[in-house]
Amino acid sequence: MVKGVIFDIKRYAIHDGPGIRTTVFMKGCPLNCWWCHNPEGISPKPELMYFEFKCIHCHTCVKVCPLNAINFDENEVQHIDREKCNGCGICAEFCPTSALKLVGRVITLEELTTEVEKDIKLYDDSGGGVTFSGGEPLVQPQFLKEALKACKERYIHTALDTSGYAPREILKSIMPYVDLFLYDLKLADEREHEKYTGVSNKLIKENLKFTIENGRAKDIILRFPVIPGITDTEWNVKGWVKFLSNLRGLQEIDLLPFHDVGEKFHRLDKEYKMEVHHAPSEETLKWIKEEFEGIGLEVKIGG
Amino acid sequence: MSENIVSAPGCSAEKQIEKKIEKELKRRKSSIKSINERVAKLRKESVETEVKISSERAKLITEFYKSDLPKGKSIPVQRALAFRYLLEHCSLPIEDGQLIVGLRGTGVKEVPSYPEICVHSMADLEILNSRKNMPYKVDEDTKELYKDKIIPFWKGRAMRDILFENLPQEWIDAYEAGIFTEFMEQRAPGHTAGGERIFKMGILDIKEEIKRKMGELDSSDPEYYEKMEELKAMDIVADAILIYAKRYAEELEKMAEAEEEKDPKRKEELKQMAEICRWVPAHAPRTFWEALQHYWFIHVGVTYETNPWDSFNPGRIDQHLYPFYKKGIEEGRLTREKAKELLQCFWLKFNNQPAVPKVGVTGEESFTYNDFSKLNIGGLTKDGSDGVNEVSYLILEVLSEMRTLQPNTAVQISNKTPDRFLIEALKVVGPGFGEPPFFNFDGVIVKMLRQGKTLEDARTSGCSGCVETGAFGKEAYILTGYFNLPKILEITLNNGVDPRTGKKIGIETGDPRNFKSFDELWDAYIKQVKHFMDIKMKGNDIVEALYAKYLPVPFLSLWIEDCVKNAKDYNGGGARYDTQYIHLVGLGTIADCLAAIKYHVFDKKTFTMSQLLEALKNNFEGYEMMWEILRNPDKTPKFGNNDDYVDEIAKRVVDTVVEIIESYPPTSVRKASRRAYFFPTTCHVYFGKVTGATPDGRKAGFPLSDGVSPVQGMDRKGIAAVFRSVAKCDWDETGGALLNQKLTPDLFDNEENIKKLAQLIRTFFRLGGHHVQFNVISAELLREAQRRPQDFQDLMVRVAGYSDYFVNLPKGLQDEIIARTEQKIF
Ligand code: SF4
Ligand code: SF4
Repeated sequence: MVKGVIFDIKRYAIHDGPGIRTTVFMKGCPLNCWWCHNPEGISPKPELMYFEFKCIHCHTCVKVCPLNAINFDENEVQHIDREKCNGCGICAEFCPTSALKLVGRVITLEELTTEVEKDIKLYDDSGGGVTFSGGEPLVQPQFLKEALKACKERYIHTALDTSGYAPREILKSIMPYVDLFLYDLKLADEREHEKYTGVSNKLIKENLKFTIENGRAKDIILRFPVIPGITDTEWNVKGWVKFLSNLRGLQEIDLLPFHDVGEKFHRLDKEYKMEVHHAPSEETLKWIKEEFEGIGLEVKIGG
Repeated sequence: MSENIVSAPGCSAEKQIEKKIEKELKRRKSSIKSINERVAKLRKESVETEVKISSERAKLITEFYKSDLPKGKSIPVQRALAFRYLLEHCSLPIEDGQLIVGLRGTGVKEVPSYPEICVHSMADLEILNSRKNMPYKVDEDTKELYKDKIIPFWKGRAMRDILFENLPQEWIDAYEAGIFTEFMEQRAPGHTAGGERIFKMGILDIKEEIKRKMGELDSSDPEYYEKMEELKAMDIVADAILIYAKRYAEELEKMAEAEEEKDPKRKEELKQMAEICRWVPAHAPRTFWEALQHYWFIHVGVTYETNPWDSFNPGRIDQHLYPFYKKGIEEGRLTREKAKELLQCFWLKFNNQPAVPKVGVTGEESFTYNDFSKLNIGGLTKDGSDGVNEVSYLILEVLSEMRTLQPNTAVQISNKTPDRFLIEALKVVGPGFGEPPFFNFDGVIVKMLRQGKTLEDARTSGCSGCVETGAFGKEAYILTGYFNLPKILEITLNNGVDPRTGKKIGIETGDPRNFKSFDELWDAYIKQVKHFMDIKMKGNDIVEALYAKYLPVPFLSLWIEDCVKNAKDYNGGGARYDTQYIHLVGLGTIADCLAAIKYHVFDKKTFTMSQLLEALKNNFEGYEMMWEILRNPDKTPKFGNNDDYVDEIAKRVVDTVVEIIESYPPTSVRKASRRAYFFPTTCHVYFGKVTGATPDGRKAGFPLSDGVSPVQGMDRKGIAAVFRSVAKCDWDETGGALLNQKLTPDLFDNEENIKKLAQLIRTFFRLGGHHVQFNVISAELLREAQRRPQDFQDLMVRVAGYSDYFVNLPKGLQDEIIARTEQKIF
């Protein structure tokens, strides 16, 4: 039985494609974007998250951890030794308030399909379906393919939320089972892309072209995170406009305004590099919208 | 992950909240639409006038009963003569600029009292006059009158006194413990709605019917005398309302006369109104205006005869009015604008009649000025086609423009209802004053058919009061009291004893520490439920018999089929269908409690029964860890998250309780079948006060869950998950179930979301949901309103099956509404 690693299944999602959907968040991502909204999706391994505001300082977690990986200092501040911790989740199991939460679990294809099937009626009524997101779903190609296939066998609409960063072969193998691509564009310049996401954008651009060449342009919704001071520069937007204007058949791009998730990084003891914390202004969104409309794309804010 | 994004450092949390509140207030303000000058003036008067008690009715009815007039007459005829006396002598207020006349009482929001049903003590009057929330002002003259005339005469004669005199001690004990309440202790039965008969019949037609029926009565019928007396009473009240209308016509003519130079337009109007009063209610209405005036006379009659629960309502109003509207437009004698203005005037008439004052337990179970008149729109026509018409849309418009406490509405959605109607109605919900609620009309039909109504009678049904399904114009579906499901678990866990008082009011079902399995606990609980249901049902029979004997309502009986035909009173079984309801409270709480015990004590063995009982006894003090686990939805199954573990328990509770209720034989007098509703009005707060700590982690005194909604704050998976959980129960075997949801205002910012919400509602109904209503409001705004009530006088929220001014609610209820989960996702 094929298995995958996920960190959440969100039912009744309305922002991840048409209609009412179930979104499967798959764990592991080759990119490391500064503004990542789901930093718990980056590592492929299960991780502990600590919600300080829920903690009642009962120290149950300290007592139950078999590896002595948790302690509280004299100021009652909790420390998790991430080196020692193996993600067994025992502490989270015992924590009475769920201040500790283990993100990431192994799921079988069967379990996943059972979960997905629960809302078939809702998909039918609303024109929704299932969205695979993450993380980067293409990191788990075999599981993803089987899961997509299982959906198609049940006549469920599928969407893939992807960074596009994956070997061509993998993309090709899953393509027939994807009804809609939610394809992220970040930085148009290769060096900048490397700086803010950790990888080059070459493959991403090529894969987009490849998808279009396969006649799937109409099944793509581009997604553009509007990150103040990073992606919302004139240089970047114009860079994308130039790139996209050479591609045929694209129809829609959604602008995703930044919001600050520093707290999430903190809960995972991860470094948060963003210096700007506010959302982009209405004006910024407006001019970016107009830029993309200039090349004939329909632009939605929020998506 | 679906948790909230936390605020950015550097931008303080308070600032963000302030901004959010500001945005929300702006949105609310910008949604207020303009209305014409006449209506604006009437509305202002209606909204701003303070509520007073008017002593006129009490004075008149006391005069009547002290006089020789009732001597030697049968009780129905006495009641009818009293009604005629009232309508002959009452004052005839006319609001300046109104187009519809008639008010029970002496003026706008001047509420009459009904001492023959419940006579208020001097202490009651003091409290009503001076309480901070929801006062009823009582002037010195009224107090005098009560002290000297009203109280001395009615003490011991009022229905309330008669009831308590006749109810057995075990009933009193359970009532005092807060196991159940009694609807009829201060208000008369009613709980019904008008049907087609009202809009097709004039009083003269009905008098004809009565005459015919008298001629047909067979003197060998053992009930000949009772029937004849009832028919005589009906004939007297029919005359009475004609007298009332005639007096109004004369008054209007006098006013028109006096108007002369000042305002020729008003003069014309007054003349026209007088003409209308000379035509209706004597004859069936011919025009839109006449139809509204005709209904209103009847409404005043019904609500002046007694103080019936849920006042009265015109039922499926869009269908009743549509033929008049269509004809008026086609003949060019009516415009859409004029029809709307008339409807707006009509609307304010309801708002000018607040509920009668309620005290004691009744005050707690229904703490509101709202009198629950509910206008149904949408649904199907009697031949089964889509019932939405132009008047349905007009009413939505009027609703969104008027924003008054009363009347309430019900949007009936069937499979055939067009999306446009559903979406337009959702847009009215958006700005957030709680109206309108949504009902599953296909489900309404199934419920009615299950109860044996004909298909046509099912299709002309609707929902009145909060969410109560009934065959409009044809059924007496009497509500008898709320029933506290979690409290009975508390008594089960204490082997029959109420720990609050130490009194043994239940039966001995064993020490729960010895229970080996969840099933043993379940059996014990169900035994206790049956025990208290027995007590309640016996009480119901007594109450019903006493009302049938002492308080017939010949005027209401004129309008509900087949009272005239059967020559029987509405309160005595004259209606085509007779039903009696118990309303169960705290489904979410009881499901969570039972699931918590099953899960932690029997399945996972997290702790033992005796540990749990100790913790409950101590209100979780010293048991903080256990408390955290019990109220943590990750650690304990909670209703409302589409989790079968607990949803199955909720379903089992519903099935079992319904089965118990339906197992009782028909009632004493009306031979009514016994049925269940699931809604609380404000009773979940009162029941919470009398219930100690519960195994779901609820501390002593906190409100129970409302209606069939999940426990406040425990539904974490979005609104669709709530719909799923709720729809697992079989609501078709009940008369209705109320679901409250609170939505974050941002959801209404875009059209796409509204469409998705519409889809979800359809899915919910297809799965079997009965009703859903929304508060579109943030907890932040509500907290702000608690802090600065003076600035939020007009903030309306959805409470149960009605809306109310937030600042008028008692603190416990305000907190309960704030604690409800604010759904940010679907
Ligand atoms: S078990 Fe949970 S609540 Fe207790 S100290 Fe640890 S993190 Fe805090
Ligand atoms: S997940 Fe396991 S190893 Fe890590 S801190 Fe918790 S109990 Fe210890």
